[in-house]
Amino acid sequence: MAFDVDLAVARGGRQIAVRFETQARVVSLFGPSGAGKTSVLDMVAGLLRPAAGHVRVDGETLFDAAQGIALPPERRGVGYVPQDARLFPHMNVRDNLLYGWRLTAPARRWLALEEALDLLGIGHLPDRRPATLSGGEAQRVALGRALLAGPRVLLLDEPLASLDRARREEIMAMLERIRDDLKIPIIHVSHDRAEVDRLGGLVVEMG
Amino acid sequence: MTGWLSPAEWAVVALSLKVSLLAIALTLPLAFALAWVLARTRLPGRVLLDALVHLPLVLPPVVTGWLLLLAFGRNGPVGGWLEATFGISVMFRWTGAALAAGIMALPLMVRAIRLSLEAVDRRLEGVARTLGARPWWVFTTITLPLCLPGVLAATVLGLARSLGEFGATITFVSNIPGETRTLPLAIYTALQVPGGEQAVTRLALVSVALSLAALLASEWLTRRQRGRGSDGL
Repeated sequence: MAFDVDLAVARGGRQIAVRFETQARVVSLFGPSGAGKTSVLDMVAGLLRPAAGHVRVDGETLFDAAQGIALPPERRGVGYVPQDARLFPHMNVRDNLLYGWRLTAPARRWLALEEALDLLGIGHLPDRRPATLSGGEAQRVALGRALLAGPRVLLLDEPLASLDRARREEIMAMLERIRDDLKIPIIHVSHDRAEVDRLGGLVVEMG
Repeated sequence: MTGWLSPAEWAVVALSLKVSLLAIALTLPLAFALAWVLARTRLPGRVLLDALVHLPLVLPPVVTGWLLLLAFGRNGPVGGWLEATFGISVMFRWTGAALAAGIMALPLMVRAIRLSLEAVDRRLEGVARTLGARPWWVFTTITLPLCLPGVLAATVLGLARSLGEFGATITFVSNIPGETRTLPLAIYTALQVPGGEQAVTRLALVSVALSLAALLASEWLTRRQRGRGSDGL
């Protein structure tokens, strides 16, 4: 089972609940903004404590309320690409990319800096500051930063939302390549049906 | 330049700087801890703590000085303990002047540090956690660097406030030449002396220059933090 997720939490007076169990390597959480999609990613990442439920990825339990298991975020091995990239503004692109890589045991890394620069087409950016990047460039750096930490699962929060049409195509092609070449399971959040259909996998409707 | 102020007046300036620097060295860690509690925790007594921290800002300074006198006097709870344990007393000493100046600077510093902590994007800290960073490493590599300009601005502001401290100081440690007579106290003293206007003018000019420099530095540092992310520093 790639994903076995069952989560519930109360946020801002609303009840957010989601449940899926699947062999699919890509799961898309689909629904209008405000449906709590980001909260689900936060719970999988360990940044938000669920009221109940469990999270298992490829057989590994990251959270289980009943068993009292709750790994801290730094031990979950999730590659989180938040909305609007959220690069560290006080570090250049290289230090952003290597932030997680440096904290990862060598045996658990599966991507080198050079490979990531190639894969994402950002070989010309390492010395730049995040503030000088375009939306598409920032998004690719955020992807690289997550992948370089050697994650077991990738969490993508509206990866195309802040981009124009041309950039969307570019990032989408990149996501397909990551899905096909890296074999890493992905949970993907979107409010855009076309984006969800194109990445394929299981679609979970929310809201 | 050295001829512009008399040696005694230079000594006053030097003493003022010494008192203020100790005051800020003592207050900064406390101010940061308080700002952290107020900005980041949901402690039940937070509102009361916030009010207590701000008390020196609104109390008549003479009352703050009197309260210090009660607490740190020979028979006071803190003063008695210091005397018994370490054999030290801050009464009528420059260290006491630093204590008074530090207390008076505390609210300003807590306010400024709290604002800079609240300006740090919590999502950045979350991302750092997912990348493998423990909380302490997140604090060191993300939170602290991002709020540092704000903390420095708070420090400079606190330094300026300490240099100007008068009421609590004169109440708590009196006005002793060479020991507790800082710039404001020296100006006050010179004002009491017939023909002291020239000395007053000189010392007042030094005060204005120091305060202005501190305010400009503080403003510059605050802008620097606000500018982060837009001009990339």
